[in-house]
Amino acid sequence: MSCELTHSVLHGYLDGELDAARAAEFEQHLLSCPQCVAELEAQENLRSAIQRAGLRERAPEKIRRHLEAAIGGTAEPVKTVTPIRAKPSIRPTWWLTLAAAAVFVIVLGSRFLPNLTQSRGGDEMTAAIVDAHLRSLQPGHLEDVISTDQHTVKPWFDGRIDFAPPVHDFVSDGFPLQGGRLDVVRGKTVAVLVYGRRKHIINVFIWPTNEQDTSPQQGSQLGYNWIDWRKGGMELVGISDVSAPDLTALQKLIAQ
Amino acid sequence: MSPGFEGSDLGVLDLQERARFEQLVLPHVDAAFNLARWVLRGRNDADDVAQEALLRAYRFFRGFNGADARAWLLQIVRNACYSWLEKNRPMDLSTEFDEQLYPQSGTTPESLAIAGDDKRRLTQALEALPPRFREVLVLRELEGCSYKEIASITSMPIGSVMSALSRARQRLQQSLTQGPAAKNVEAQREL
Repeated sequence: MSCELTHSVLHGYLDGELDAARAAEFEQHLLSCPQCVAELEAQENLRSAIQRAGLRERAPEKIRRHLEAAIGGTAEPVKTVTPIRAKPSIRPTWWLTLAAAAVFVIVLGSRFLPNLTQSRGGDEMTAAIVDAHLRSLQPGHLEDVISTDQHTVKPWFDGRIDFAPPVHDFVSDGFPLQGGRLDVVRGKTVAVLVYGRRKHIINVFIWPTNEQDTSPQQGSQLGYNWIDWRKGGMELVGISDVSAPDLTALQKLIAQ
Repeated sequence: MSPGFEGSDLGVLDLQERARFEQLVLPHVDAAFNLARWVLRGRNDADDVAQEALLRAYRFFRGFNGADARAWLLQIVRNACYSWLEKNRPMDLSTEFDEQLYPQSGTTPESLAIAGDDKRRLTQALEALPPRFREVLVLRELEGCSYKEIASITSMPIGSVMSALSRARQRLQQSLTQGPAAKNVEAQREL
């Protein structure tokens, strides 16, 4: 009455964990087993219901802060601003001070600051971008234009900003475009492209620069990896909780 | 080089190691918390247990062989969760899924799709599963772990992962489609 494969191999098939020969064998079996066909459909529905429900819960910020504080030792005063490239891994307690400072200066107003094209990176810049990344992960803050179609996302930016960010979908390479938005980083309006990577989000911040092209530089702050490069009059910073190699892969695709 | 570091109780790693920890382990803080939240069925307990597991991971980071930082961290989190349950809620570990309450019956894809739209119902159904079923579902569906990773996190033979997932999904399905109705039937029988 009940097909025994519905309770075993079907799940390996559903999860893409069967080798090619066993997968082909199971597909052959599906042609003659309505029970497995129905069960496979039910299981696919269950899976998409789980995905739609958004059950994955993010860690509260205090966990990161506690950990950073514990592993960073006692707080020390900020003495100098270390260039981002010279020392990608700054002390976390420092970072928090700088993040707070970055928020503060945005409140003060950007006219007291060098603009983005003049200040090359810097810890405040990284801090502000990590901050913007965290902000974007709040419900409803990720995208202003939700589309997987680059021809929808690209025109959306027209008229909203005075530069044209490079918008491409890399779904076949495992980085589907999910949308775009405008964000404000250190008082400047920047374009942000949102890419997916498995269950993770990658934000790519883009703004114009007059400076020369640079090869990608990587680092991590507060558990988020970032990659920063300049190409063709644009500075781009990708940031995410995906692994550094994943970020590099996306960087290569965008920079192509 | 780094004042304050030597004075810290946790200052067991040199700067280079600490940078490596930040790069390899910190990206998985959400995964660590999420696993603890589901195994422990609540955010508050998960806060404490995940926090402690992360500090533990930091202390033992030297012993990490560098292969898969996420699986390594999640294994530590999982162990911490089970130790916590043994101490604080041993009933969670002994309660098996009550097949009487959730008899298997004709699940249709349609009924499931309707039920599945409800986050609250899915959460309840997941939380009604025994922790050992809940964890494989969370690792697979919410964290996207491979069978191999699930095997190493849960110390289960890789061959058992598929059958554990299969049983977990069937039970989840049953409680989604049968849960409240079955309870009513039981209640009526009592009368």
